[in-house]
Amino acid sequence: MNINRRLFIGSGAAAATTLAAPTVFADGHAKPRVVVVGGGAGGATAARYIAKDSKGEIDVTLIEPTRMYYTCFFSNLYLGGVKGIDDLGHSYGTLAANGVNVVHDWAVGVDRDAKTVSLAGGGQVPYDKLILSPGIDFVDGAVEGWDLSAQNAMPHAYKGGSQTELLKAQMAAMPQGGTFAMVAPPNPYRCPPGPYERVSMVAHYLKANNPTAKIIVADPKPKFSKMALFQEGWAEHYEGMIDWIGEDFGGGEVSVDPAAMTVTIDGEVTNVDVCNIIPAMKAGRIAEIAGVTDGNWAPVNAADMSTKADADIYVLGDASQQGDMPKSGYAANSQAKVCANAVRGALTGAKVFPAKFSNTCWSLIDANDGVKVGATYEATDEKIAKVDGFISATGESAELRKATYEESEGWYAGITADMFG
Amino acid sequence: MFGRLCISLTLAAGVVAGPNFAQGVGDADKGAEIFKKCSGCHQVGVGASDKVGPHLNGIFGSPAAAHEGYRYSKSMTRAGDDGLIWTAETLDAYLENPRALVSKTRMSFRGLKDPADRADVLAYLRRFSDDPANIPEAEPTAIGTDHDLDPEILALVGDAEYGEYLASECLTCHRADGAAEGIPSITLWETEDFVIAMHAYKRKLRPHPVMQMMAGRLNDEEIAALAAYFKDLD
Ligand SMILES: Cc1cc2nc3c(=O)[nH]c(=O)nc-3n(C[C@H](O)[C@H](O)[C@H](O)COP(=O)(O)OP(=O)(O)OC[C@H]3O[C@@H](n4cnc5c(N)ncnc54)[C@H](O)[C@@H]3O)c2cc1C
Repeated sequence: MNINRRLFIGSGAAAATTLAAPTVFADGHAKPRVVVVGGGAGGATAARYIAKDSKGEIDVTLIEPTRMYYTCFFSNLYLGGVKGIDDLGHSYGTLAANGVNVVHDWAVGVDRDAKTVSLAGGGQVPYDKLILSPGIDFVDGAVEGWDLSAQNAMPHAYKGGSQTELLKAQMAAMPQGGTFAMVAPPNPYRCPPGPYERVSMVAHYLKANNPTAKIIVADPKPKFSKMALFQEGWAEHYEGMIDWIGEDFGGGEVSVDPAAMTVTIDGEVTNVDVCNIIPAMKAGRIAEIAGVTDGNWAPVNAADMSTKADADIYVLGDASQQGDMPKSGYAANSQAKVCANAVRGALTGAKVFPAKFSNTCWSLIDANDGVKVGATYEATDEKIAKVDGFISATGESAELRKATYEESEGWYAGITADMFG
Repeated sequence: MFGRLCISLTLAAGVVAGPNFAQGVGDADKGAEIFKKCSGCHQVGVGASDKVGPHLNGIFGSPAAAHEGYRYSKSMTRAGDDGLIWTAETLDAYLENPRALVSKTRMSFRGLKDPADRADVLAYLRRFSDDPANIPEAEPTAIGTDHDLDPEILALVGDAEYGEYLASECLTCHRADGAAEGIPSITLWETEDFVIAMHAYKRKLRPHPVMQMMAGRLNDEEIAALAAYFKDLD
């Protein structure tokens, strides 16, 4: 579907919904109320855009437990020593100053009939439209021997902040010649190139600080995002350091013992010094509590990110089951804008424009050796469908790779400004 | 941003350029042969360094006497201070008769009288400047190529409100405050420059894959809408 605006506005049925009169709110309150749960790539962006574009016509409340959001994006660069932890932290102060009511608490319940969200600290927050962008949680029992109670011995570092710092500290404390193991996740999971960028950055760090150390990756998948680019880079920069064990070599047959610090791959037991477990994932639990998930994820309508289960609840980012987009910060940010436009239209009668989605994911293989993959998408009746895409080529010049890295720094500055104002 | 500068410069050049370039660019291979006459004093290409004359890498678009480390004549330095920029047009004039353009230049060369020879040499030299195959607005290919956009496309008046919505997609990477760190600024562009650049991506003349992809699915009205929005975004 590639329609221009004139067509879109002019086409009968669509025009009727998009230009409809503002909803009359059930309990007679004056202003429509939007509640956003989760202040990450999807939620912060949606809250900011609705508040900014509605110019005070909509009450926007963002519920987020943490006072600082530590991005997962670029957290691998922190592991590699390319970025500091402070480079990753962003506060909600500017969002609050720009009209978003920021509540630092956990959402623990959703009453879809009463249209309220309950908070861990007590109290209910009413909504007309609810946007959930809670990111991910982990599937219980996904890696034999591991559960959340083992996350300090064997960190996942797949949510931002303290876990990432813990993994870095463990890596720095590794004995010379020690072993770093990673258990990679099955599809679908947050940030398809994330584990492999992490392997690259861990190798980058170890090469400088612990050059005889080894990295083992147990992977349940036969192939992964940007595989040729990563493998080329690993051979070039970290020869002999990384042992990737894919599905064909038993990479999916894994169990761990956090107390003994062992990893068993296809029956072979290995003592490890650091073990990064990235388990199978599912939508952040509040989506499940709200009753909008089907299996591990929340199915949504591609045109506006509303859930299949409830037209007044929207799910953004990693938690959603939307179609072809990867679970990335860029994608969550892109979806948030489409959703914000649709929600504003539904609540105030503002113009709604056709959905357009895009994504680009940059990965750093070695300092100044950046690669990227990206695509554009459109909304179809079934899903968000890929339209066009590109990927960096193997064998690119060092200058191009450096420019790609510099571009990723620009993107980081751009998206965090776009999220937090 | 350099690209922006390029576009503005070449739009100007497009209007005033001499007849030689208006007819198109010369033959770079022939130019390489003719350049042998120059090579006693000038080097160009990988590893080129200053000899009797400065090396000529990156000459297109650079101000006269701007290349650090080379001792220019006083009059060339003055020409640079006066704002002489090496464009297709000014280089053409210089090659035709160096002293006619810069009176006491040290370049003791009588000049290439044949316009075709000059066009060929410039076509050769531009290989070592911003590559116009990559940047269609760059000197000197811009003349004749960046204006083949249908005037109706340039005449479209964009809907800034629609542009604002579309722009939200650009703002994942580009900064609304106009800052340019690793990614160019796209605010406050002249509408025409913006439209020409976006169409250059759309037609895959500009090489950046993300931009080719993003521009690729925008129609003429959408590009006009974006141009209208970013023009005033301060
Ligand atoms: C190592 C790594 C590298 C990555 N690199 C990139 C990259 O280079 N580029 C890219 O685009 N993406 C990258 N990503 C992916 C990116 O981080 C996620 O896709 C993105 O953050 C998803 O956005 P989201 O809004 O769905 O979730 P999140 O950004 O995780 O936000 C969810 C928020 O919800 C809050 N929350 C959860 N439950 C509740 C609740 N019950 N009540 C209130 N608040 C709640 C959380 O505290 C959190 O702040 C990377 C991820 C990892 C792990």
